Amino acid sequence: MELAESDSNVAPVVKTKSIGEYLSSHLRQYGLLFALIAVMAFFQIVTDGTLLRAVNVTNLLLQNSYIVIMALGMLIVIVSGNIDLSVGSVMGFIGALAAVMIVNHDMPVLVTIISCLVIGGVIGAAQGYWVAYWKIPSFIVTLAGMLVFRGLSLWLLEGQSVGPFPKEFQVLATGFVPDIFPAGLGAALAEIFDARKVNVLALGTGLAAAALVVWIGLRQRAQNKAYGIEDEPRSFFVARNVIIAAALIFVMFKLSLFRGLPNVLITMGVLTVIYAFITETTTVGRRIYALGGNQKAAKLSGIKTERLTFLAFTNMGVLAAAAGLVFAARLNTATPKAGFALELDVIAAVFIGGASMSGGVGTIIGAVVGAFLMGVLNNGMSIMGIGIDYQQMIKGLVLLAAVIFDVYNKNKQG
Amino acid sequence: MALLSMQNISKTFPGVKALNQVNLDVQEGEIHAVVGENGAGKSTLMKVLSGVYPHGQYDGEIVYDGAPARFSGISDSERKGIIIIHQELALVPQLSIAENIFLGNECARKGMIDWRETNKRTEELLAKVGLVEAPTTKVDNIGVGKQQLVEIAKALSKDVKLLILDEPTAALQENDSRKLLDLMLELKAQGVTSIIISHKLNEVRYVADSVTVIRDGMTVSKLDARAGLSEDDIVRDMVGRDMTHRFPEHSRTPGDILMEVEGWNVWHPEHAERKVIKNASFNVRAGEVVGIAGLMGSGRTELAMSIFGRSYGRNISGSVKLKGQPVDVSSVDRAIDAGISYVTEDRKALGLVLDETIRFNTTLANLEGVSAGSILKRNEETKVAERYREALAIRTPSVFQKTVNLSGGNQQKVVLAKWLFTAPEVLILDEPTRGIDVGAKYEIYTIINDLAAQGKAVVMISSEMPELLGMCDRIYVMNEGALVGELNAADASQERIMSLIVNE
Repeated sequence: MELAESDSNVAPVVKTKSIGEYLSSHLRQYGLLFALIAVMAFFQIVTDGTLLRAVNVTNLLLQNSYIVIMALGMLIVIVSGNIDLSVGSVMGFIGALAAVMIVNHDMPVLVTIISCLVIGGVIGAAQGYWVAYWKIPSFIVTLAGMLVFRGLSLWLLEGQSVGPFPKEFQVLATGFVPDIFPAGLGAALAEIFDARKVNVLALGTGLAAAALVVWIGLRQRAQNKAYGIEDEPRSFFVARNVIIAAALIFVMFKLSLFRGLPNVLITMGVLTVIYAFITETTTVGRRIYALGGNQKAAKLSGIKTERLTFLAFTNMGVLAAAAGLVFAARLNTATPKAGFALELDVIAAVFIGGASMSGGVGTIIGAVVGAFLMGVLNNGMSIMGIGIDYQQMIKGLVLLAAVIFDVYNKNKQG
Repeated sequence: MALLSMQNISKTFPGVKALNQVNLDVQEGEIHAVVGENGAGKSTLMKVLSGVYPHGQYDGEIVYDGAPARFSGISDSERKGIIIIHQELALVPQLSIAENIFLGNECARKGMIDWRETNKRTEELLAKVGLVEAPTTKVDNIGVGKQQLVEIAKALSKDVKLLILDEPTAALQENDSRKLLDLMLELKAQGVTSIIISHKLNEVRYVADSVTVIRDGMTVSKLDARAGLSEDDIVRDMVGRDMTHRFPEHSRTPGDILMEVEGWNVWHPEHAERKVIKNASFNVRAGEVVGIAGLMGSGRTELAMSIFGRSYGRNISGSVKLKGQPVDVSSVDRAIDAGISYVTEDRKALGLVLDETIRFNTTLANLEGVSAGSILKRNEETKVAERYREALAIRTPSVFQKTVNLSGGNQQKVVLAKWLFTAPEVLILDEPTRGIDVGAKYEIYTIINDLAAQGKAVVMISSEMPELLGMCDRIYVMNEGALVGELNAADASQERIMSLIVNE
């Protein structure tokens, strides 16, 4: 036992790296945040403040909600080492299905919503089955799915647009949560901020969310310290939390000046929190990362890799269906072109958010921030009146730059 | 006249001295055999020779064709006529024989391939190696034996002077092997010098003019085969080595039979007609370390993996009993639940999620052990990882280190930690010390002794016979998918194991 003992009494040394070292080893996470801030600042200046006007901030959130919802599922699919090209088509198909059920057949809204989510799950499961149990590359299976469901939407809608939807369906995407606080409070706040009105619920939610983020951060930091885990320098921790908390409060404040909390934001926020929790702190989440990181090792560790892959696609199907409902409700009509090429925006968001094509790497928060980064680019360029031609080119280059940045970082560390 | 003289070649990998002052002299026009155990350094030596490790990455001097040679890469050595044919064939299965032979060396004018010329030259080359196939036949459609001949034809197309064959008959049937060896003799008559690396001593005796024996990265002896050579002479040089103090002291008193495998049969997962494991039966007692000896490809890993949740093969039959009761090992999680663990021989490809931390890997096979419901208790997880880091002396600043950055020995300890955390009763260790340095090996041996002392049953698969002799209470010998012998520690010797293997 001599050899073994010689080193075992060395206490766990937690090296406190210099700020420069720390920054260079965690460049990716901060880079994404900086990029989002920089892009927003840029557009805020060049659009003379239009970008962050209350109505536009509300719009920005609504416009990107279905991308964000699908990015959550796509992140899991990509972390598991696969890809799903069919989500745009599935989304369009579900929107079409909802329109046919509600508008053409007068079916109840709730029944329609539930059956659409179930059918989305079945579609995902059907594709996942071939990928998981037949080992057919997901690229091919979902490419086929993309064509099939594009065709199915056309067939279902007979090439026409179907709409409009009843009010109770539209609120899915365009509704706002009513302010539960007394009107007097809002009026008083409006006086202070020199605004026309203030939605107290929205502002309050913003403050609560900011407080929650800081509290969770502090708790995590305390635990890390207790276990001797290397943590970010204090200055970074403070700066990061101040920026995130301020951004949350700022966005919510802007929303409160317009119509308050959109229903979709609640859906999106709750889903994001749930999926972040699943991926980071549950055994299922852990196993998905293991599956994507090294499928053979995962399998030999007793993980049911086929079932996990199957579930990842099923989940993606449900989320694509949810996005389809939101999208149809927002447009107030189902068109055969709905969701066209949208899968590419979703996949781009996930990769910009730091996920790796080879699987095993990526975070929910990264994917959401990636989606908003793309959203702000779209929105900002549209306000500036940049043509769709340049928009496409710029978005493509941003995606490439983000991935090159990833690879560069990895090589430097490797 | 010596065509090749490698003088005092040394090559060090991080933590391992693979070659230590090796000398190899090959005469012009002879067939020279290089023999040695797995891991003795034969392949490394050939990689130095063929420029895979270019000049500057090794110490020593290579004199080739009368002049000092400093190859910068494999294409450099090929230009000078040194062609190596690896154990794993480097053919593209979807291309034709002709396309493969001239791959990267096409008969082309201005980038346009001259197919008539290509096929004509291919036919000439195939005639030389005695292969009757059309040049346009896809490599996929011919057997391994013929593929081997295509490789040789490819070598001949490059004006080979020195042909190196690394275990050329490992995957071949008896008559294909004989054909290949006869071809080597024929090429010798045409003036081609060859080096053959082989385990099969009867084949070495059949073709070789001289033999160099390598052991532990050193040249042990150079034997002249023309004067007649017995296999025993070679075996003695291959295995004899100083064994004092390489293994920690242990005294064991094995208890009752813990695991018993009976009548185990496995077929190849793709070639349905090939039986990989043939009616294997063995047992291991509580507190006992049982070894399985055999050459690479003898089926040891396949035996272990097929028992561990049917991770290999198909149409598996036979029974596994634990403490006398039949257990269900039909999937990995059931095997784990039954109390069986399998530590893979390839820790990087099959054992670890390299991009993840020590903590992540330690708990991977038993996430239930660190979670409530299905929610991970991450502090608990950290504690577990820390506990194993200390118990197994994993050298790392913290358990949040990515495993890709660890040394081989420490990676192996992380894999062991992962399996120990599943609280197994039977541990199957497949090449537990492959590619790790002597010090780390000693620590792994110590861990194995501790496990046996705790009453666990350990099955140890190893290609290093001294390791088996130094560690095991009993040794099963495996050859071509069958367990061909069982030796008690007291009766076992490397010579006896080797002779069980070579005498089939």
